[in-house]
Amino acid sequence: MSAQSHSLVMLRRNLKHLTRNPTSVFNAVLMPIIIMLMFVYMFGDAFSVGMDYIDYATPGLILLAVCYGLGATATAVNSDMTKGIINRFKAMDVSRGAVLTGHVVTSVLTNVIAIAALVGVAFLLGFSPEAGLTDWLAVGGVVVLLAFAAGWFTVALGLSAKSPETAGMAAVPLVMLPFFSSAIVPAEKMGPGLRQFAEYQPFTPIIETVRGLLDSAPDTTDAAVAVAWCVAIALVGYLWARSAFTKRA
Amino acid sequence: MTIPAISVSGLRKAYKDKTVLDGVDFDVHAGTVFCLLGPNGAGKTTTVNVLTTLVQADGGTVRVAGHDLATDAKAVRAAIGVTGQFAAVDELLTGRENLQLMVDLNRRVAGGGARIVTDLLDRFELTASADEPTATYSGGMRRKLDLAMTLVGDPRIIFLDEPTTGLDPRSRRTMWSIVRDLVADGATIFLTTQYLEEADQLANRLAVLDQGRLVAQGTPEELKRLIPGTHVRLRFSTAAELDAAAGIFPEATRDDDALALRVPADGGTKSLRALLDRLDEHSLSAEECSVRTPDLDDVFLALTGHATEVDTK
Repeated sequence: MSAQSHSLVMLRRNLKHLTRNPTSVFNAVLMPIIIMLMFVYMFGDAFSVGMDYIDYATPGLILLAVCYGLGATATAVNSDMTKGIINRFKAMDVSRGAVLTGHVVTSVLTNVIAIAALVGVAFLLGFSPEAGLTDWLAVGGVVVLLAFAAGWFTVALGLSAKSPETAGMAAVPLVMLPFFSSAIVPAEKMGPGLRQFAEYQPFTPIIETVRGLLDSAPDTTDAAVAVAWCVAIALVGYLWARSAFTKRA
Repeated sequence: MTIPAISVSGLRKAYKDKTVLDGVDFDVHAGTVFCLLGPNGAGKTTTVNVLTTLVQADGGTVRVAGHDLATDAKAVRAAIGVTGQFAAVDELLTGRENLQLMVDLNRRVAGGGARIVTDLLDRFELTASADEPTATYSGGMRRKLDLAMTLVGDPRIIFLDEPTTGLDPRSRRTMWSIVRDLVADGATIFLTTQYLEEADQLANRLAVLDQGRLVAQGTPEELKRLIPGTHVRLRFSTAAELDAAAGIFPEATRDDDALALRVPADGGTKSLRALLDRLDEHSLSAEECSVRTPDLDDVFLALTGHATEVDTK
């Protein structure tokens, strides 16, 4: 049996988990929508961003949706680890990466569902991007790349945490990170210190890339930095996850 | 000469600066039950983790099913089945789905997966709850499902890490009979336990592990010879009575401080009655009388000179 089919078996197992434990999916799908409604209706008029607030905020909220799904992934990976299920697989002649790949793919799928729902609601709220088909495809590419990178990073977090609770907590900074970027308000409007942080943290170029694409005017520098960040996060996450998977018993 | 199913020599493992295994050697012959006996913290689980490829040893050589652990871990994994200390079942899946998962992942299972699943559910008396999530299972049922999952693909060498810890006496007996059936089918079992009785019931050979070293190994009979057997302890109120009693039971050992006499006996009522009759004949009566069967504590006391508590250095 090949590594690929082992990954498929693992993916099927994780998808079954999602259907048996729908709360985690609801969290991942509903929370970003609630946050969107909150910002657009409550705060939207208070921010002057030079355009329709829904058009400004949607790209950032898409990234927020990616991050919101991560808590569930970290918890799921950790409970496999602490309940001995990963050890069971490790002592079997199962492809080493299959367990982790299964979790990463499930994480990306949850993200895609959450983002689809979020963008749907955004359109209902009057979201009117300039983007053409190629732009949309590029947005999809960037988002999936980020979901994939964050997925590996979260799997590593989940493997290293002591308990499912701490694993969930460890993902919280990832959920908070988009708030300290240009997701909700432009970085120039932030105070000193925070502004520099917002300008240089990975989410800002990724959000600006998505924003550019949706405006049909992508900035190539932002895009290059965004892709570089994603590749770097994916690589660190992957290597960390592999090492934690091998070492911890 | 047959090749041992498991052969371990000079096995060492330390976590940071704490030595867990300090030069362990043993062989397990194919088709037998080998039992590793020891208190918590002796290094039993670490031994299982190393032998099942989960943890890398710091030193020594291990061959499992003829494959070198260091160079051919994949072949070892293909030959073994492992049931860890805590039932590693997927709680969100049903019993049947858990077994099906093992079938899907097992390279040895070519076809007829559904049949294997049904047979195992049947054999472990889990058919009635096969389609319920395992989160609803009792501890004993989980252990059984866990073991059933291990048996998918018919491994010839099976590791069981404290398979009966926390089980009620009835489930423990069920587990014992399952182990006996497996050996009757020709499997080799590597078992760890804290219970002397369990080792005595199941093992062909056993080894006693204490603070990372094997302090004794042999057949249960050989080991029992090293420790005080079942005996009746009689405590008297005066030294004169103790002297008189010691005179009529020459095979007994005496403890002058406690005014007690330890008379070997098999624990049955017949031998107890004979003993009491002899006391009666000599018009002696003991203050207190108790029947003692050796347990792990006695083994440890006899073999290591200290009780089973782990030293905290």
